[in-house]
Amino acid sequence: MRDYIVFLWRCFRLSFVGDWRYGAWMLTLTAIALLGLNAYCRQLVFGLATTGMTDQVSWGLYIANFTFLVGMAAAAVMLVIPVYIYRNKELHDLVIFGELAAVSFIIMCLLFVTVDLGRPDRVHHLFLRFNFPLSMLTWDVIVLNGYLLLNLHICGYLIYCAYRKREPRKALFVVPFVLIAIVWAVSIHTVTAFLYVGLGARPFWNSAIIAPRFLASAFAAGPAFIVLALQVIRRFTDYNVPQKALMTLRQIILVALTINVFLLMSEVFTEFYADTAHSASTHYLFFGIGENRALVPWIWTSVGMTAVALLILYLPLARSLRYLNLACVLIIIGVWIEKGMGLIVPAFIPTPIGEIVEYRPTVNEILVCLGIWAAGILLFTISVRITIPVLSGRLTIDHPYTTEAEPPLHRSTSATALGIERSTS
Amino acid sequence: MAALVGALSPLRELDENDFGSVEKFIQKHYKEMDGEEMRQALERISREVEKRYDLRPDIRDVRPMDGVEFVYALNISRCIGCRKCVHACVQENNQSRDPEIQYIRVVEMPRGTLDIEKGNHHYDRPTVPDREHYYVPIQCHQCAKPPCVKVCPVEATWQEPDGITVIDYDWCIGCRYCEAACPYWARRFNFAEPKLPKKDVNPRMSYLSNRPRHKGVMEKCHFCLHRTRAGELPACLEVCPTGARKFGNVLDPQSEVSEILKTKRVFVLKEEAGTLPRFFYYFDERHPRSGGDREAAADGQEAIA
Repeated sequence: MRDYIVFLWRCFRLSFVGDWRYGAWMLTLTAIALLGLNAYCRQLVFGLATTGMTDQVSWGLYIANFTFLVGMAAAAVMLVIPVYIYRNKELHDLVIFGELAAVSFIIMCLLFVTVDLGRPDRVHHLFLRFNFPLSMLTWDVIVLNGYLLLNLHICGYLIYCAYRKREPRKALFVVPFVLIAIVWAVSIHTVTAFLYVGLGARPFWNSAIIAPRFLASAFAAGPAFIVLALQVIRRFTDYNVPQKALMTLRQIILVALTINVFLLMSEVFTEFYADTAHSASTHYLFFGIGENRALVPWIWTSVGMTAVALLILYLPLARSLRYLNLACVLIIIGVWIEKGMGLIVPAFIPTPIGEIVEYRPTVNEILVCLGIWAAGILLFTISVRITIPVLSGRLTIDHPYTTEAEPPLHRSTSATALGIERSTS
Repeated sequence: MAALVGALSPLRELDENDFGSVEKFIQKHYKEMDGEEMRQALERISREVEKRYDLRPDIRDVRPMDGVEFVYALNISRCIGCRKCVHACVQENNQSRDPEIQYIRVVEMPRGTLDIEKGNHHYDRPTVPDREHYYVPIQCHQCAKPPCVKVCPVEATWQEPDGITVIDYDWCIGCRYCEAACPYWARRFNFAEPKLPKKDVNPRMSYLSNRPRHKGVMEKCHFCLHRTRAGELPACLEVCPTGARKFGNVLDPQSEVSEILKTKRVFVLKEEAGTLPRFFYYFDERHPRSGGDREAAADGQEAIA
């Protein structure tokens, strides 16, 4: 127990250690997070009227970001599946980064849900009267928190074992949990999709294809984020990220994105060819209704970005990292728009009784969102900052990591030496 | 550290009514309160109202009557779209005046359609009715299969034995999932702290209906249950100048609504939503079927059988 507290303390200390670039990055993120916190406090005082939401469009940017991030969190399995099902060696050591990202994303999800609540002070009511299994929101509470605990356990256990210089007991503590986490990851995104799909009042959501589309787009955007994050890790630390691993991820993104585009086309065809009164929301999204066209530029940007990304991925071009990175950025932004603004907002326009009220997020609302993003990325940075020295054996139970004892991280010992160390740990 | 304090600074303006009351924090769900706990809750609410609006309210917990299921019937041929019902409702139920929260939305419909999505919500004519249009007032339909109740994660909204779907304003966490689930757009959320001038407060209140609400919670039409459960009529009905609105107990075969459901050309809005509303629309008939005709029709049916 005492060892564990010392471990946590050392991790805490370590999160402040780094060169000036690390410091500047952390400072910037903290500043943005605090700005967001300030905006949220304002919202607490004046109510959700500080957002652009109305009775007509009662969910906006918060739930949009939440939906997108659930997908990003679920996408950690796209690293896990190749490793544990297909025994892919290159990705093996990188799984932990996927899971760390999942932890950060889930925490961001929970934050986004919390800021969306009108009465966050009453969250304890969830423990007193839980409308399970009828309300899909209660399902979501269970799967999201369960997923968070699972991933915290897996990451925490692996890191702590490395710190204690013990061999993790794979059969008992890793593999069963990892396998459960795979199924669970699919469940978080499916349940989140069902949250919307189950509403007969909103024809735009009331479609069976939403859940598969969620998964497909998430399995493209999630690994895209991991590709970018891994390159940052490779650049600024001495952690060995094999090129082959990135190329495996590229394959995954390619397949997932192709399926996503196909599903999108299927949906667009159904809506526009049949062209019933129920396609009003889709019309609004893609072409606007009358003068109301707020989402039109967004969705076409998303479509354009996805198309370009798909083209790049299919060309041999994407074997060069520069183009792969470009594709990844396009996918992340494209899917963010599609799963966020493109999925949540149009379902409310027109309202079930035909009124058209457009939604424009306020500055305060955007600040809260940026704050949560900054907090999440801060969390991810810290967790990576801690994980790398621990996994590479530079912070262990008998060897505290200090600035004096170690050269700056990015100019440390050679990668091959670390590689050997890691495989033994 | 200073930055953190700075970030938290807007909290200084928090209204003491919003947070901080331990009594309110530990208050149980409506259905779990016993008599004494309800008495205490009502006492607390009275104190709050008195402090805020300088008047002692007459607040009770009005329970449903046995053998009663309320339904509403609205005569589409009579409604002239004057929106008197909308404003009577706001007054009766102590809604926020700024921003004004209205439970009833009157939609102006062009000829030739029953599709509510083709209507105009913001008609603004010097005089009503307009000859080219007809009018459809929409409020909570008190569905028998309410999707809003199904989706609420904390059971802050539920259906009472007399068919009225109510909200415990002290239990709602403000997720707005019910609002997204409602096919009649019948729920309203307090995005800001409700502004209700002292002179406009209706002191006759009940726990589940028109007591003042705070920001961050949902509210909706409750068929004026503090009136109707005491044998009176809803405020929107009393004020209607044309008698287009009818209200009553559908389990009583002698009631006016039962008679309407039996004899008039009745329809429900958005039947395809499958929520089985207790709000019915009907037409006047140019040549009302006389009692004799009805008997003849019944005879005819017997003959076929």
